[in-house]
Order: sequence, then C-alpha cells, then structure tokens
Amino acid sequence: MAEKQYDWSAIAKNPKFIELHHKKSAFLFGWWIFSSVYYFLLPIGAAFAPGLFKIKVIGVINFGYVFALSQFFVSWGLALYYAHVANKDFDRLTRELVDELHA
Amino acid sequence: MTLSVATAAFAEEPKKDSAAPGAAPVAAAPAVTAAAPQTAAPAAAPAPAAPVKKKELKANKAITLSLFAVIIGITMGVVVWAARQTKSAADFYAAGGGITGTQNGWAIAGDYMSAASFLGISGMISLYGYDGFMYSVGWLVAYITVLLIVAEPCRNAGKYTLGDILSFRTDPKPVRAVAALSTVAVSTFYLTAQMVGAGKLMALLVGVTYKQSVIGVGVLMVGYVVFGGMTATTWVQIIKAGLLMSGAFLLSFLVMMKAGFNPLGFFDMIVNNPDIQDHVSKMVLKDGITLAGAEAGQRFLEPALFMKSPLDQISLGMALVLGTAGMPHILMRFFTVPTAQAARKSVIIAMFIIGAFYVLTTLLGFGAAINLTPQGIIAVDPGGNMATLMLAQQLGADISPILGDIFLAFLCSVAFATILAVVSGLVLAASAAIAHDIYVNVIKNGHADQHEQVTAARITSFVVGAVGIVIGIAAEKQNVAHLVALAFAVASSGNLPVVVLSLFWRKFNTAGVISGLVVGTVASIGLVMVSPNMTYPKVVAAGAQKVITAMEKKQAALPPGAQLDEKDAKALEKAKADYEKNKDGKSIMGLDAPLLKLKNPGIISIPLGFLAAILGCLAFPNRRSEEMFDEVYVRQNTGLGMAKAIDH
Repeated sequence: MAEKQYDWSAIAKNPKFIELHHKKSAFLFGWWIFSSVYYFLLPIGAAFAPGLFKIKVIGVINFGYVFALSQFFVSWGLALYYAHVANKDFDRLTRELVDELHA
Repeated sequence: MTLSVATAAFAEEPKKDSAAPGAAPVAAAPAVTAAAPQTAAPAAAPAPAAPVKKKELKANKAITLSLFAVIIGITMGVVVWAARQTKSAADFYAAGGGITGTQNGWAIAGDYMSAASFLGISGMISLYGYDGFMYSVGWLVAYITVLLIVAEPCRNAGKYTLGDILSFRTDPKPVRAVAALSTVAVSTFYLTAQMVGAGKLMALLVGVTYKQSVIGVGVLMVGYVVFGGMTATTWVQIIKAGLLMSGAFLLSFLVMMKAGFNPLGFFDMIVNNPDIQDHVSKMVLKDGITLAGAEAGQRFLEPALFMKSPLDQISLGMALVLGTAGMPHILMRFFTVPTAQAARKSVIIAMFIIGAFYVLTTLLGFGAAINLTPQGIIAVDPGGNMATLMLAQQLGADISPILGDIFLAFLCSVAFATILAVVSGLVLAASAAIAHDIYVNVIKNGHADQHEQVTAARITSFVVGAVGIVIGIAAEKQNVAHLVALAFAVASSGNLPVVVLSLFWRKFNTAGVISGLVVGTVASIGLVMVSPNMTYPKVVAAGAQKVITAMEKKQAALPPGAQLDEKDAKALEKAKADYEKNKDGKSIMGLDAPLLKLKNPGIISIPLGFLAAILGCLAFPNRRSEEMFDEVYVRQNTGLGMAKAIDH
C-alpha cells in the first residue's frame, strides 16, 4: 500500500493548520456547550420552574410546549449553521492546506 | 414512576412498566384482556366507572402478511444484489465506503428510530401528554454531539470499528480487545432488548407464538448481515426509514384533517376533551391534587405527569446525549461514506428526518388521545404502546372499513421493518468487533487476506445472530427493560470519554483507554445492577402482602359463608403465590432494596469514565502517544492519509 509520507508535526505547525484548528475548536466546542446547556434547561426547567412552563403563549399552548418545540428548531438551525460554516470556511482552509502540501 | 431510557425505549413491550409487581409479562397473550384483573394500576388506576371503550386491536392477517412478504421480497432482492458486491472486508463492514451522504442520513435515521420510539413515544404522549414529548427531545439533541464532535473525525480517523479509532496511537492489542468487549457488551444489551420486544410485538400483531416471531426476525436479520453485509443492512435501514416517515406523515395528515388543519383548535380539542380531563384528574389525584374540567385538560400539556424525579431525568438526558455518540453501531455508519463532508451531510440529513419524526409524534400521540381516549388506549395496552396502531386503524376505518385494516397492516409492517433494520445494524457492529478487532488484528496480527477477513466476518455475524436468537428466546419471561438503559450507560460512560479524549487530547494513551473503558463500563453496569431497574423480591413480596391484606379484609367484610368474586379470588391466589415465591428472595446482587434511587446512572458514571481515562493517562504517561497526536489530529481534520482507510 503505497502511501504518501507526511511530516505530521510539521503540518501541525503550519499556520494554515493552526488557523483551521483554532477556528474549528472554538466553533465546535462553543456551540456544543451552548446546545447542551439549552437542552438541559428543558428537564431542569420542567422540574424546578413548572410555573414558567404553564404560562400560556398562544391559545392554550403554553411556554413549555413552545420551549420543547424550540429545541428541535435550535438543533436544526445549529446543524444548518454548522454546515454553512464548515462548507465555507473549514473546507476551504483544509483544501488550501492540502493543496499547499501536495504542491 | 421515574423515567428511564428503558421505559419508553422499551415500551413496545406491552405492560412491562405498568404491570403489577412480579406479574409475568402477558404481552404474548392477546392484549385485549389486559385491562382486566390484577392490581395493575397503569397510570392512574382507571376506575371501572370510566367509560372504557372496549377495543380490540386485531390486524387483518392476510393483508398484514402480504405486506410483510412485500418487504421481505424487496429486502431479499437487495441482499442478493449486495452479496455480489461484497468481496472485501471494506465492502462487508463499510459498504466499500460507497454510501452517499444522503443515503447514509436515511440509514442513520433508520438505524436509530427503533420500534420503541415509533410506538412507545407517541403512546407516552397519548397517556402522559407533555412529558412524552419532552422525552423525545433528547433523542434528537443527541445528534448535535454526534455532528459536532464525532462524525467527521471518525470518518477521517477510523476504518470499521471503535477499536480502529482507539488503537491508532496506543498499544493496539489490549486496546482493541477492550474496545471489542465493550462493543459486544453494548450491542448485546441493546440487541437482546430489541429481540424480546420484537418477539412480543410480532406475536401480538401477527398472531404467531413468541418463539416463532423471534426465530423469524432472527433468521432474516442473520440473512441480511451474513450475505449482504453493510450494503444490505444500509438499504434495509433506508427502506425502513422511508416507510416510517411515510406512515408518520400520512397519519399526522389524517389527524390534522380531523382537526380542520387548525393547530390551535387541535390543542383546544385536547384541553376540552372530557375523557382526557377525566384521565388527568385521576392521575393527579394520586398526588393529592384535585383538578377538573379545562383545568385538568390543560394539565395534560404541562410537565410532571410522568416524570417525578428530576435528577433521574437529567441523568437520562446525559446518557442519551453522550451515549448516542458512543454507540458502536452509530459510529460504524460513518465509515460507510467516502469523505468527512459526506459524514457531516449524513448527520444533518438524519437530524432533519429524526426531528421531523419526533415532532410528528406529538400529533400522533395527542391525536390518539383525542380520537381514542386515554381510557380506550389503556384498555388495549396499559403502556400505551398500541396507541399509534389503534389510531391508524380508526382513522382509516373512518374513511372506509377496509382502509382501517390496510393502514393497520401498513404500520405493522413498518414496525416489522424497523425491528429488522435495528437488529441488523447491531449484529453487524458486534460481529465487526469480534472478527475485525479480535480475530484479524489481535489473533492474526492483522495478517489476513481479504477472503479470510470476509469469511471471518460472515461466520461471526452468523454466530452473533444465532446467539441473539437464543438469548431472545431465553429472555422471554425476563424483564429486559433495564438492558436499554445499560446499553446507553455503557456507551456514554465507557465509549464516549475514550473516543473524545483519543481524538482531542494530546496526552491520551493506552493506559487512559483501558482505564476509561473498564471503569466507565464496570461503573455503569454496577450502578444499574443496584438500581431500581432490577427486580427486588422483597419489594415484590411487600406489594403482594398488601394485596393479600386488602383481599382478606374484603373477605372478612362479606357476610359469613360468602365468597370473594372470581376476580378478587384470583388476585388473592396470585398475590399469595407471589408472596411465597418472593418473600425470602434477594435481587441478583443479593440486595433487599435498591442501593441507588437513580434508574439511569449516567450522572455518576459518565464523570467517572472521564476521570478514570484522564487519571490513567496522567499516571502512565507515554511519549510515543503524545508524539503521534499531531498525526491523529492532522488526519482527522484534513482527511490526509485517508486513502489507506478506504483502500480495498
């Protein structure tokens, strides 16, 4: 299996890689923490702030239902946002880096 | 009653969570009589006064079996086609990396939405309202972790299994062996739970015996995996996801049509439904609260009808959100796509499908509550698992009687396809761990040609499948609900910490993998073993004792010479037998009562898993592992060197 040999630690020090790595880490872990906090607000809120969940928002539909539903839209929104950023920034940086290495 | 993954995830097993203590599962019996005897108070003991609509759920056997035959026919065609494509190990385990992002998205959704979520969640919503819906949220949010943290790096760093990811910069033999054990443990727990549920559900719907249905499902599953490998398994999952979504959309459409396509009116119908109001007021009365009328109806849309223990709920959330990303059969799906971009795309597509499905379950669940009444649903199955099926039958029959039968048969076949898809994925994950990690890489040191690897894969799949069938049959009378909790506990506390640290932490090494996997797995299994998931004979005996006392009191109140009526006499007899059987017993761990109140140990075992993994590395630092981090990290971010991974 012929495989191109890479100097991995040199690539790891490549400014392009460092840029990619910083951008990606900040984005991924930042939004991961956000989504976890947002999710755990649901069971925590339902248990400790039931009064809030009972407040009617539209007709008989209450805040609790809207909040649970919002979890879906927040998750979808985050997924689309991530796809957008990854396709635009991360993939471009990766491509530039790989092109540079293969040049 | 507190919530566990098991409760709903295993909800397809009728009566399981709600049965009287110690009652043998009666699911295999036609569920129609289920409402009758026993002290089995499901949610709120449905008072006999409630207008219980006696309903029978009987699928038209001819139509159902024809639809089953169509599904089996189509999937068998796929297997024959897939078998021709399967020449190398990469073909067998990863469909040659030739699945597109869109296909993989559908397959992930198909793999993930078990019969439990399909029947159980809408059933929970139909009986407990808001809490059922809240429960389903975690199943989608779990994919954020998969998307952001594991999907793309796994595609770039791995080949076929969890062992591949973990062994990259560690001592491969022990790491692969431990990773394989953990994979086999998780897959077996989950598989057994699915097989027992499948057996009971199919027995109920098609009217065959439990054994026949386990063998039938098992033989098909072995056939798909052994001959068609990942390609066939993937297509079974795609077909199932397509059927499931069509069914959910069609039913939701009919539900909304009945509500005049007015969402606000739909919710008004819930609040103003006298049967729902009655059902809720009986439930809350147990907590010493009195509610009536619209106030009771409104309560159906508020939390805490089902979930009584916030800590358990949060712990469950942790296990779901982190466990999904550590499930071997989910990880395995990322090796089937050619690039990290395709892996990303597939998770996003899966998230839309899964999310749409769970949003629709609210329409199905609330729709079932409105159209069938909670009392009517409980009359057929106290766990609510038949709600969706009953709804299909009724809404179809409203249009024309034969349509009711067709809709019901269609949903039965969706459930059937669902079970096949989920169990096939699990068998494949377990056999990959045994054949690829243990046989090829540990025993044969990686020296096995393609032909030998594929043969090994096929043989282990056959054996794993056969063992699955045997365990499935043996576990018929067992309460296997805790096995799903176990699978998620081990995946979140054992697998996930080591995967994350291995991908993102420079200092991670062999000692860390082994200590993390072992401690996480042992802690989660140990905690479940002493949790309320297990059966505690003394607790069962105490419950039986109460029944005996009550019945004896009743007997004493009767005029001399009079006898208890037949129902009470039977209950007394059964309670006495239960008492005798259980009074001196101890749980499997030799306990009288649970040591831990939590059904889901995640909140304790996940931090333990992480801590053990970190401490292991700090105690036994390894320079080589640290030096190799650059390679792992560059590879997983750029996909460089991946040619090797998909080489075949």
